[in-house]
Amino acid sequence: MIDLTVNGTQHRVDVSPDMPLLWVLRDELGLTGTKYGCGIAQCGACTVHVEGQAVRSCQLAIGDLSGEVTTIEGLGTPEALHAVQAAWIEHQVAQCGYCQSGQIMQAAALLSVNPAPDDDTIDHAMSANLCRCGTYPRIRAAIHGAAAKLGGA
Amino acid sequence: MAVATIARRGFLIASVAIAGGVAFGTWTVRRPADNPLAKGREPGQATFNAWVRIGPDGIVLITPHVDLGQGTTALQSTLIAEEMDLDPGQFTTDPGRPDGAYWNTALAADAVPFRYTDDSIPAEALRDMARSAFKLIGAQVTGGSSTASDSFDKLRHAGAVARETLKAAAAQKTGTDVADLRTESGAVVLKDGTRIAYTDLAGIAAGIDPVKVTKLRDPSEWRLIGHDVPRLDIPAKSTGALTYGIDLTMEGMVHATCRVNPRKGAGMRGFDASRAEGMPGVLHIVTLENGVAVVATNTWYAMQAMKAVRIDWDTAPYPAEQADHWAEVAASFTEERLDSVWRDDGDIPAALNGGAVIETEYRAPYVAHQPLEPLSALVRVTGDRADLWVGHQMPRFVQQRVAKSTGLPESSVHFHNQYVGGSFGHRLEFENIDRAVEVATALKGVPVKLTFTREEDFAQDFPRQIAMARARGVVKDGKVHALDLGIAAASPSRSQAARLGQSIPGPDNQIVAGAWDVPYRLPHHRVTGYAVPGLSPVSSWRSVGASHAGFFADCALDELIHAAGADPLAERLRLIADPVARKVLEAVGEMSDWGAPLGAGQGRGIAFVASFGVPVAEVVEVTMTDRGIRLDRVFVAADVGRVIDPLNFENLVQGGVIWGLGHAINSEITYSDGAAQQTNYHMAEGLRLYQTPEIIVRGLENGTSVRGIGEPPVPPAAPALANAIFAATGQRIREMPFNRHIAFI
Ligand code: FES
Ligand code: FES
Repeated sequence: MIDLTVNGTQHRVDVSPDMPLLWVLRDELGLTGTKYGCGIAQCGACTVHVEGQAVRSCQLAIGDLSGEVTTIEGLGTPEALHAVQAAWIEHQVAQCGYCQSGQIMQAAALLSVNPAPDDDTIDHAMSANLCRCGTYPRIRAAIHGAAAKLGGA
Repeated sequence: MAVATIARRGFLIASVAIAGGVAFGTWTVRRPADNPLAKGREPGQATFNAWVRIGPDGIVLITPHVDLGQGTTALQSTLIAEEMDLDPGQFTTDPGRPDGAYWNTALAADAVPFRYTDDSIPAEALRDMARSAFKLIGAQVTGGSSTASDSFDKLRHAGAVARETLKAAAAQKTGTDVADLRTESGAVVLKDGTRIAYTDLAGIAAGIDPVKVTKLRDPSEWRLIGHDVPRLDIPAKSTGALTYGIDLTMEGMVHATCRVNPRKGAGMRGFDASRAEGMPGVLHIVTLENGVAVVATNTWYAMQAMKAVRIDWDTAPYPAEQADHWAEVAASFTEERLDSVWRDDGDIPAALNGGAVIETEYRAPYVAHQPLEPLSALVRVTGDRADLWVGHQMPRFVQQRVAKSTGLPESSVHFHNQYVGGSFGHRLEFENIDRAVEVATALKGVPVKLTFTREEDFAQDFPRQIAMARARGVVKDGKVHALDLGIAAASPSRSQAARLGQSIPGPDNQIVAGAWDVPYRLPHHRVTGYAVPGLSPVSSWRSVGASHAGFFADCALDELIHAAGADPLAERLRLIADPVARKVLEAVGEMSDWGAPLGAGQGRGIAFVASFGVPVAEVVEVTMTDRGIRLDRVFVAADVGRVIDPLNFENLVQGGVIWGLGHAINSEITYSDGAAQQTNYHMAEGLRLYQTPEIIVRGLENGTSVRGIGEPPVPPAAPALANAIFAATGQRIREMPFNRHIAFI
């Protein structure tokens, strides 16, 4: 039995300790907002926060997890949006949307350490997150928008 | 001669009908399709046509074109809501059930071998024939950038009929004259200002025959079309709340994954699953026709155990090594493999005889689709029905196919279309569905969700066709004088039809799409298509044939323009024969300030390709740095006749350019030992954010028909980039991916 805290709720799961956090979230806890894209740290669709840090949940064995997990469902809800989510909606970023949970988690982590990132910083922080639909121009704009709202830039 | 030509072309239309699969004997072309919403209607619910259902519980708009991320749900509901006077938030949407009533009225017209600019009587007659064929077979298809053109009139009309019928119901209820009623914001408004909500009129409306509507609203009255309408799916997609097919779950569901022979079409000799059997979470090992599936309590357990299964595969039914694929393509410029000569202006043999002929050769490799959501399918098969929850572009084909494989009648196959995490043509195929049905049939009654690993998705992906072109050209007096372009490619249409159990006896327009029908007037111009048989099966990949043929045709022209010493934009403008296309070129010239001086190491390239009836011109600006080529800016002008949603239009154009550039730069599928060598995104990644240039978009509305924008921005991106690299470096790149020849930062 392994204990973990996700979005402020405690859970106990009976899985092998080498199961990646991604599959605990999706198939054990039913938190499917976190996506499987590649399984090898190439796409960022599975990005969650562990203690506020952006982490690829496909690479983190549940047995190695220490700290609280926040997923896209815990960042904000349709009723109470996080500033990054609000900016994503305002800029109409999503096409298929499948990458966007990961993009948003990555962007939220970036803004929490750098409230006013310039384009170079955004390029650096966001380029490991793949978007096959090509929403990158809007992702850039939405990050600037969220930064402005959060009082950074 | 004209008659003979048309007869030969008619052949293709017959094949379009055959490709549809099933003919419905009792249907006639004239008869309107039955309304599928009438079948399951409950008391108090009204339906006016196949797209609108109203009950006391709300208004449901049916959006049968599946949303692959391109915003078709919003587009379809916007068109209905415009005429119906609904505001966003006053209705819900539903993809509906597969039905012939949702046949695609636009796709057929684009399948005819006439230039998209040709509105002559023979061209229109053949388009009508093609439409009839699609209607007869009830071809419900999302693809070919046809959602906007299929829906534009049809769904506005559906909304208008609903509105007028609701007014008639209100007139009946209140004893007023219909002429004194108006509609607004989901309600009928009486003369004195009293509002009756549509939902309160459903009961009466259900008993009224739908009112006939002959006139749609004037564009000046539009509230939604042409305005930025926020997409209703975006809040859910920004909060993790949207459920994709891969996210579905249900009581008693098990998780599965599979491995099928990566040598596409080859079988399995045997396997050893003994090491997998005892692994954590494993419930079943299922033998498939040409592979193995593992069923487990968690997807990851299934994937882990799958790795432990040893499988002995048969060899590929096509060349094992990539070099042999290329050799086959190179050997296909022959009389026996001749597929089409739809463009033969002037006298090419005479024009090429004598003068200095410029000869060039181009290549476009296989490329994978790889949308970010890996293929999956949730399937439950019982003794008397099958249910499938999966996103697909051709719902009725899924139904027919699963009826066949399970032995159930089609009416017992229930298909539930889902939101999709990208497709780009991937979800025109059936690999995920076929495998999931095999597993679910073995585990009767149990809901099975089968998920491909990314690696399996790469292995099973039927890629974009491999293609090669040989161009011969002549310039004269500073102008392009002659271009003879031969294109040899694996035929995507024939390959896809074969998997549907059909054959296409006529030529495949995708081999030369975007090249043969380009609206240039050259003194001598020939485009010849050759079909390469016997290679890897291939499939439609965002923009299909124009993704290779547009690259070949525009680059070949650009080389001739430079050889003539002409200006790339000015010479294209001199050659362009279509006024709508001309405006597109002029717009991109103005947007990019064409001709203005550039900085050191910079270069600017232009390309023009029309595909899916949409002329698109792009200018790419690059800089040659000491570490390689940097993409600076892209300007795009495209004419779709009518920009329905400007914001989504811009998003799709930018995405299309990024798709076109990214794959041109770094993506290919190569075969070794019969299997794709690329296994995951690190080997085929497309563009990433840091490489993405600024992309400035302009939508023009000079065209006479309304067109879709999902695919047309893709084809000009690669040639515009190649032409820009030449301008910056003097190096001609004639093969994709470009990073085989030059470095990019
Ligand atoms: S699924 Fe984890 S990075 Fe792609
Ligand atoms: S929106 Fe489709 S992958 Fe990013």
